[in-house]
This record gives sequence, C-alpha cells and structure tokens, in this order.
Amino acid sequence: MDISPLLISLKVSFIAVIIVFFAGIFAAWKVSKISRFKGLADGIFTLPMIMPPTVAGFFLLLIFGKNGFVGRFLSFFNISLVFTFSAAVISSAVAAFPLMYRTSRGTFEQLDRNLIYAARTLGMSEIEIFLKIVLPNSSAGIVAGIILSFARALGEFGSTIMFAGNIPGKTTTVSIAVYSAVQSGDRENAYRWVLIMLVISFLSITLMNYFEKHKMKFIKKPFGGDEKWGFTLILRKTWEIFALKFHLKRKKKHLESSVLQEAEKA
Amino acid sequence: MTLKCIAGIEKPDSGEIAFDGKIFFSSKKKINLPSKERHTGYLFQNYALFPNMTVKENIAAGIRGTKIEKARLAEEKIKIFRLEGLEKKYPCQISGGQQQRVALARIFASEPEILMLDEPFSALDSYLKWTLEQEIAEVLQNFKGPSFFVSHNRDEAYRICNRMAVISNGKIDVLDDKHEIFENPKKLSAAMLTGCKNISAAKKISDFEVFAIDWGMSFKCAKKISENISHIGIRGKYFETCSDLSDENAFEYEICQKIEDAFSVILMIKPKETYPAKLIRCEVCNKKWAEIKNGKKYFKINPQKIFLLEG
Repeated sequence: MDISPLLISLKVSFIAVIIVFFAGIFAAWKVSKISRFKGLADGIFTLPMIMPPTVAGFFLLLIFGKNGFVGRFLSFFNISLVFTFSAAVISSAVAAFPLMYRTSRGTFEQLDRNLIYAARTLGMSEIEIFLKIVLPNSSAGIVAGIILSFARALGEFGSTIMFAGNIPGKTTTVSIAVYSAVQSGDRENAYRWVLIMLVISFLSITLMNYFEKHKMKFIKKPFGGDEKWGFTLILRKTWEIFALKFHLKRKKKHLESSVLQEAEKA
Repeated sequence: MTLKCIAGIEKPDSGEIAFDGKIFFSSKKKINLPSKERHTGYLFQNYALFPNMTVKENIAAGIRGTKIEKARLAEEKIKIFRLEGLEKKYPCQISGGQQQRVALARIFASEPEILMLDEPFSALDSYLKWTLEQEIAEVLQNFKGPSFFVSHNRDEAYRICNRMAVISNGKIDVLDDKHEIFENPKKLSAAMLTGCKNISAAKKISDFEVFAIDWGMSFKCAKKISENISHIGIRGKYFETCSDLSDENAFEYEICQKIEDAFSVILMIKPKETYPAKLIRCEVCNKKWAEIKNGKKYFKINPQKIFLLEG
C-alpha cells in the first residue's frame, strides 16, 4: 500500500497547525481587546467554519489563482500556488483557523480580569501581560485549540480538492485518497484509509478530553519537581520523542549502509 | 468603582482625576493616563496573584530593572513580609493570609505612590480577618503616600483609618475625621453607617425643641436646631433609666418586645399609651435590666446625645 497520503496529510496538518497557532492566538488577542467592530471581526474570522469548504476553496482559487491579486503578485517571482503542496497547507490552515481562534479567544475571555488589571497597575506592558500572564494561564484552552485545529486540518477535503487538486504523492491527502478509492471502486483501500482516519480522530478527541479533565491540575500544579507548567513540558516531551525517532532512523541507516559496505567488501 | 477609576482600570464617563499635580484623567482635556504610568498600588479582593508564577516571580513581576536588581528587591520584600521559605511555592499552595502578604509585597515592590485596598477582608473568616487586619494596619502605617481603604464594615474602617468618607449613591456625603463622624454625625447616611439604630423623621418646633414624627414625641436638644433638619437619631445605648418625669427628655414607656443578646438586652419600646409608626430600640446591659424589672418606668435621654441630621 502506498502510504504517501498519510505522510502528506500529517505534514500538511502539522505545518497548518503551526501557522494557525500563531495567527489564531494573535487574532484572538486583538479581537478580545478591540471595542469597535468586534462583531464584524469575529464574523470574518469565524466565517471559514460555517462556509461550505468548496466555497472556501473557490475563494482561495480566486485569490491565489492567476488573476487573483495574491496570485498575480506571486507570479512576478514565478511562483504558482495552485495544485501544489503549499496550496494544501493553505486550505487546511484556512479551515482550521476558526477553531484555534475561537477556543483561544474563549479562554482569554474566561481569564480573571483582575489578573490583567493587577498586572497593569504593577506597570507591566501589554505585550508583557500577554506573554507572561494571559498565555500561560490559558494553556489548557490553547492546547485544546491545537488539537481541534489539527483534527480539522487533517480532515480537510472540500477546499483542498478545489485548490490543491488530487496529485498522488504531492497533494493527495488521506481524505482525498478515500474519495478517489471509492470513486475507482477500490473498496479495500477505502476501508483502510477510513480506519486510519477513525483512529486518528478518536485519539485527538481522547487527548482533548484528557486536557479538559485535567485543566485545573494542568495550570496550577506542575508535574512534580521544578517543572514550570505542563504546556512546555508537553512540548519538550514531544520534541524528545521526535528527536529520538530521528536519531534511531539515522542509526538504522548508518547500520544498513555499514552492513551493505561489508557485504560489498565480502 | 472609585478606586478602579483612580487606578485606571475603569474609565469614568466624565470628570477629572488628578494626583500631586499630575492629571490622571480629564474628560475635558481628553487625558486618560494608562494604568501603568499612574504608579498606583491596588490590592484586589481576591488578591489577583498570578497562578502561573511562584511567590518570588509574583513579587518580581512589578519590579522594573535588571535581573539582578529584580532578584535583590524581591528578596528584600520577601524578608519584610515574612515570606521566607515560600519563594518557590505557587499561590494555590499557600494560605489566604500568606496570599495577602504576597499581594502586598508585590504591590510594594512596584513602589506605588498611592495605595488602594478594595475590601481586602470581605471573603475571610473572622479569626483570619483579625490577624490580617493588624498586618494591614502595620503596613499602612509604614506607607508614606496616601492610602484608600474601602469597606462595608464600620468597625474595620474605624480601626484602620483616620479620615472617613461616607459614599452613598456614588457621591461623597460626608468626609471628616472618624471621631467626628461617629460621635457627632451631621448627615442621615453617616448616622446610619455608624450604626445608629433609632432614626426618625423630625420637624423643628422651636430653636431647641424638635418633634420626632415616627415616635410621636418631642425632644429638647442642646444645640440650636437648623432649618434644614430632616431626621433625628438616638443611639440605643444612650437611654438612661430615671424615677420620674422631672428630668429633661424623660418619658414613660411600654415594652413591646424583649430580645436577649449575649451580654445585653434589647428592648423595643414605645411611649406609653401611644401608637407610633416605629418602635424605639433600646439596648440595656444586664444590670440595668434588673433595675427595669424592679419597676423603673421612665427613660430619659441626654439632650447632648441627640443627633440632628440633614438628609
């Protein structure tokens, strides 16, 4: 079985989540602070969640296509985004953005206002307040937002197929692979991809429920010892796992090549 | 609300706030100085400690300067507020009293010019309250600048402050020395706040005599009565027993209700053979109560102890 759709899906979602993480939190912070046009800004940022994905894809084509204003600008540098990997990332990011934005805005607004007021009277600047007080105390909600938007990015289909197309090994994600498998009557493959998708979705929901349940503990009580707060710990552990995997992979390659070399010598 | 306006947390609709020649807010001149430039210290009801920071980090949060300076100042404040050994604890891991000390230490570390305390004891049990109150009183004595203390508890305010303002409906009704407010209130709101239980609408009869409408009786007063008088007030403790009607302001009474308190007896009385709109509440100690039981049928009130109040 060709597992490239899974790899592409994971890669696309991963990059999309990184973009959405910063964009969503930034938008949430700005919107929770403005007083005028709050409803309008909120509406625009939430729109991709309510809009049919095909409509979103159509808009993306309009903007990034040959005659779109971004597309024309990019064509100066000989870059065309339509039907590329980047297009898949953009589609997923657009779909996932509202989830990140809404969950983080929710937690920002739930935060005890007095904490912010206290910080202001203590002479802290707005940026400092955001980085040192708002973000750390909203970590549980932000983690939930990351998981939700990751799941959404992974499942994106409508705008991806319009904007990024279905190019095997390049833009074919799992959800598109399911579609083409069913279209071509390849039931067996479709079942496989559906199963994989189900497992991933289920895992994300479980993970999110775990964070919801342990919210208070998560914020207030650091896991043992000198750990600052859970969020950085999770990030570090994930990094460690990745690093370890990478290390093992390199070691394996190294071993393989040395075995090959020895075989050649022999 | 007033404190929040001073601290710059809330924006007033109109008016002007100035301190020491510096304008904090002026609706006319369109000035609204951000909180961080006002250098005020604000103790929140729930202390608003940052839950993600340790005690030491909380205290250091308000200090400007280099890392070394921050650490030095934080250490100093930790010593002053007796928080040694708690530096690495999180706010949720320490007691309410310690939390308050951390909040105060944090405020003092930021070197405020005004100190504001917003009902700091309202969420505490009475034992802890007493300990914290003494600590706050000590802190306030050492503070050079002006400080505001908002409270709904008159005893608390009396013990801690020198001057008091009575605020009702968003306006300062009375602003005076605390002794003056308690011993000789001039406004209805001040009398009510200081715990005067007997208040009646009143009408001037002559320069030294006033008629209490709710009780249906008249009283002689030691001070000249102004034209603007609207109410009179008498503290329940100021009633004295006497043996006949010859004394000033003496009257024969009937007991309508008797309520036993821990160390005294509260009597709800009315002048004999009248049906007033309100009963008079009169507090007597147990010894006086024995006298009353032995047949002293008259009460009198010293003319100097009658509060003449304006609305």
